Amino acid sequence: MVRPCVGVLALQGAFREHAAAVTRLGAEAREVRQLGHMDGIDAMIIPGGESTTMGKLLVELGMLDPLRQRIENGMPVYGSCAGLILLCREIENSTQPRLGVLDATVRRNAFGRQVDSFETELDLPELGLPPFPAVFIRAPVLTGVGSRVRVLAEVRGQAVAVRQDNVLATSFHPELTPDTRLHRYFLDMCGN
Amino acid sequence: MEQGTIRLKTGLAEMLKGGVIMDVTTPEQAKIAEEAGACAVMALERVPADIRAAGGVARMADPTIVKKIMEVVSIPVMAKARIGHFVEARVLEALGVDYIDESEVLTPADDRYHIDKRDFTVPFVCGCRNLGEALRRIAEGAAMIRTKGEPGTGNVVEAVRHCRQVMDEIRMLCALPDAEVPNFAKECGAPLEICLAVRNEGRLPVVNFAAGGIATPADAALMMHLGCDGVFVGSGIFKSGDPAKRAKAIVQAVTNYKDYALLAEISRDLGEPMVGIEISSIPDAERMQERGW
Repeated sequence: MVRPCVGVLALQGAFREHAAAVTRLGAEAREVRQLGHMDGIDAMIIPGGESTTMGKLLVELGMLDPLRQRIENGMPVYGSCAGLILLCREIENSTQPRLGVLDATVRRNAFGRQVDSFETELDLPELGLPPFPAVFIRAPVLTGVGSRVRVLAEVRGQAVAVRQDNVLATSFHPELTPDTRLHRYFLDMCGN
Repeated sequence: MEQGTIRLKTGLAEMLKGGVIMDVTTPEQAKIAEEAGACAVMALERVPADIRAAGGVARMADPTIVKKIMEVVSIPVMAKARIGHFVEARVLEALGVDYIDESEVLTPADDRYHIDKRDFTVPFVCGCRNLGEALRRIAEGAAMIRTKGEPGTGNVVEAVRHCRQVMDEIRMLCALPDAEVPNFAKECGAPLEICLAVRNEGRLPVVNFAAGGIATPADAALMMHLGCDGVFVGSGIFKSGDPAKRAKAIVQAVTNYKDYALLAEISRDLGEPMVGIEISSIPDAERMQERGW
């Protein structure tokens, strides 16, 4: 695949920043707001935003099942923050709509409210050195992961970056910093 | 580890983009808003239309109301402090609200100074009618901007006017020769370095939502077309006939604001919209947009 077309789910949230990041790396970015916009995409990014809003819109627009199908058929997907929540099989204390393709349990707003949001330098061995600048905004953590899930980074002993085959997820927001290593890593997953 | 940084403050606003922030006055309304797909709620004692009708001095909401709303929803909760009332803002920060709106909907507490917002951990959103006002608020530490419109009227004309004004001035600033930029900054009353940042990016350095008079899905879509990043809906939802249905329709309209067939579908059978007010019928002294500077 010479130049992958990366769909960025643009129902709500920080989709513009993800699109800018993959464009900087030479991929084509396409905003996906309806089912038809998914035709021809090679990969999908689900941005940060409000997971309940995005989940409801995915249902109302008839996109939830087709997107799940694409991911189960091997399409690479990356979810940050709200995107991670939507990918998880279990969401603590919630019945909100989800894709459920990541064998993990997520706790929303795990660090507290906005006043508890933080920035830190994260050890993420898969991306090498230096540590990765990680922005956690009302961020979730994974409180349990299945055997197929590889933990890429932790904060206070809990998983904040994971990969399960074609599924990549982080509780932080690489799209808000200039460091493009994580998007590069995802594009590499797309066979680029 | 760092907290309260400008990146965290502006970052939360980035996460709200493409969404609808709804005014709510009870936990029940907050649940309806969340269920409809709001990306955040604004916890209030009264919606702007009722504040307008009641007259008198409008203040920060009772912390009990704010707390109760924070307990029932998982989405971000915002609350309003009076312009310049940094103690109300500190109280809201202590309560743990996710965003503070230093708002002209409440009666201003200081006739000279807005809150110094840089000193807080919690982020602030502020209203504006033009670029200078937006950039002064950003200089004071606002991490998000909204056009003021005229709150509590159900009349979108002022929101449109303020949005167009900001966009026009940004285009003008970008087109000026370098030599004229310092004078532009002086005339609009904004720091030169923020004017240069706007000129560099071709847009405001923070997220900009529309507010003040949005009552229908078409109103919300109109504001998105004009370049806003999302919308606040105040009285427009819970002063209408079928709040749950209207709220859901407005959420859909903001996401797919360019799909007119979809807008036609979701605009059907929404029940009575809120009663609107013609702007010229409001005496100057009662126009909320004139508060702040």
